[in-house]
Amino acid sequence: MSDTTNQLLDNLNALAAGLFLLTAFGIVAMRQVRGCLNLFIAQSLLLAASAALLGLRHHSEHLYGVAVVNLISKPVIVPWLLRKTSPAEIYTRREIDQVLNIPTALLIALSLTILAYFLGIPLLNAVAPQFRGPNVPIGIAGLLLGAFTLTVRREALPLLIGLLVMENGSFLAGISISRNLPLLVELAIATDGLVIVFIMGVLTRAVQKQIGTTAVGELSNLKETAGPPARETAT
Amino acid sequence: MSVISILFLPLVATALVCIPVKKHWAAAVTVVSSLAVLILAGRLAWLASSGSFITVALKAGVLKWIAVDGLSALILLLIAFIGTTAAIFSVGYMAHENLEPGKLRLYYANYNLFVFSMLAIPLLAEPTLVWIVVELTTLCSALLVSFDNTREALEAAWKYVVLSLMGAGMALFGLLVLFAAMQASASDAAYTWNGLIAAAPTMPPVLLRTAFLLILIGLGTKVGLVPMHTWLPDAHSQAPSPVCALLSGIETTAILYVILRMFPVMKASHSSHAELWALVLGLISVGTAAFLLLQVRDYKRMFAFSTVEHMGIILTSVGLGVSAAAYGTMMQIVTHAVSKSFCFFAAGAVLMAAGTRDIAAVRGLIHRSPAAGIALVFGGLAITGAPPLAVFLSEFLILKAGLMQREYVATGLLALFIVIAFFGIMMHVNRMVFGPAANENNSVPDQVETFHLPFSCRLALILAATPVLVLGVYIPKPLEDLLTQAAAALTK
Repeated sequence: MSDTTNQLLDNLNALAAGLFLLTAFGIVAMRQVRGCLNLFIAQSLLLAASAALLGLRHHSEHLYGVAVVNLISKPVIVPWLLRKTSPAEIYTRREIDQVLNIPTALLIALSLTILAYFLGIPLLNAVAPQFRGPNVPIGIAGLLLGAFTLTVRREALPLLIGLLVMENGSFLAGISISRNLPLLVELAIATDGLVIVFIMGVLTRAVQKQIGTTAVGELSNLKETAGPPARETAT
Repeated sequence: MSVISILFLPLVATALVCIPVKKHWAAAVTVVSSLAVLILAGRLAWLASSGSFITVALKAGVLKWIAVDGLSALILLLIAFIGTTAAIFSVGYMAHENLEPGKLRLYYANYNLFVFSMLAIPLLAEPTLVWIVVELTTLCSALLVSFDNTREALEAAWKYVVLSLMGAGMALFGLLVLFAAMQASASDAAYTWNGLIAAAPTMPPVLLRTAFLLILIGLGTKVGLVPMHTWLPDAHSQAPSPVCALLSGIETTAILYVILRMFPVMKASHSSHAELWALVLGLISVGTAAFLLLQVRDYKRMFAFSTVEHMGIILTSVGLGVSAAAYGTMMQIVTHAVSKSFCFFAAGAVLMAAGTRDIAAVRGLIHRSPAAGIALVFGGLAITGAPPLAVFLSEFLILKAGLMQREYVATGLLALFIVIAFFGIMMHVNRMVFGPAANENNSVPDQVETFHLPFSCRLALILAATPVLVLGVYIPKPLEDLLTQAAAALTK
């Protein structure tokens, strides 16, 4: 393939990766739970796009496989599974009391992104030049922002999405540096993501039945010092 | 073919227990299948103890990634053993809970799936596949942790899933970096544990170091290393007691095994970072857990913190010098697994007899249920390393190796923390068992004066106690060979 095509593909991939980062920021800040889910779907589509572009660039069928798996599992099956397993209430909720207010959360997210850049550079220098792209730092940023989402959100669904964002981030970085991961492994990882959604959906439903809300952040009984532990009988 | 049947048996059992027939069907199927797995695992361990490396040489698909050496055979044997004793203990324990049949079938189906996911960890040799089964252990056990469906159990399960999967997300990135390092190296070995060791000398060091740290911290979350341990006492105390025995006794060890697999790779690349990280994280875990043990109010949480402590001891002993303490490390893995599962069986017996998890509410247990009382004292002594029980021997080996390595400060600290943990646990146990008998404000409902443990629970306690007693004074030759082989795999 000619240099200009390669250049174009690299630029398009950079665009997809940039938008990926934007969606990760959106997920940190978005209050509407349904909005979070939509942003996650957009992010998964961008991940699939990046995989397809890199596949075209490096002539790798494995990356096409990654793209197809992502295209099917996350935007389609994940919302379907959530509808099946978790209570409908989960979508309609708005989170009013986050642990941090939105500007502070975004500022921290920004500093995490800068940190990700500095963490990514040494890794990039160690791989062959044609694989150096924005994917690695942005993937690490996705990983960190996903973890950050997990610490500031209290609703069940944004927490689940935080986990999936971490996985997306790992993948975005992973596909650019470690190509040719066996397709079976890709498939297994995608299936695993679906199992995560299923189990967390079931747990969310159980939590909602038990305490009447899906704000799992309110579960904080288990501590060492606060009061005597609940006395449950084994009978 | 026995390697494949080990994986198939629990899956078949899962399918079988879902058939709604007689009351004891599910329990019987689970016990029989675990016994069969134990026999097969024993046979594999026997082969591995003579130093043979077993691969499944079918070149199709996933099967070429199954390989068993001494280290994996040892872990496999432990999983099979505790899977069996916990299944036997479940019979009486779950019958005591008076569940409806559907819920009971759900328990056994989940139990078998959980055992399946754990058995797959040592059998697989391809790191990303191992990562997937590690994820599966979390997901299969999540519904077991939340099994009681109380507010606390759900909280514990939620924390467990979120934190474990968060760690797994980091570990996944670590494994992808490791794969990149493999491709950047001069070697074209397959992406397996042994292939990694072969490729390590020519890997870019920065990629390997990054991968190691991500894997250590990511999977360390699931092992319960401080400061990522916060979910562990919750999850390991809220689950039904036989499940706690699996979670604390062997699941943590099986995940730690994956981390241990990275040490020979780091050693092959002539990097000493790995041991330093292990030493620091290990000592922090032991120390924190030892002090937290003093202030627990719930005896199941007490044993859960003891798991954090023991994971720390194992990691510290790796940090003291992979090769110097390798035999002691392997011994500690074995003794911790057998002792800790016994402790949770004892805790389950106490819960059945007293009906509460509150340490302060249990007094004079020896009068109400002599069997539960004796088991608790024995469990406390076993896990804290009182001579001549098994843990004493392994901790002694580790401390000796530490002194031989001239790591006086680290060894001294380790010994100090072990002693603190001993007093912490024995103080609580002593009060519960021999303290003045229950007074009037005890909330335990009226019961008959003495409580009789179900037969299967007694049997499980005796089975679990046997290796704790025997290994302290005598290590059979085949087991010694297996430990040597496992230690050799760690120092390769």
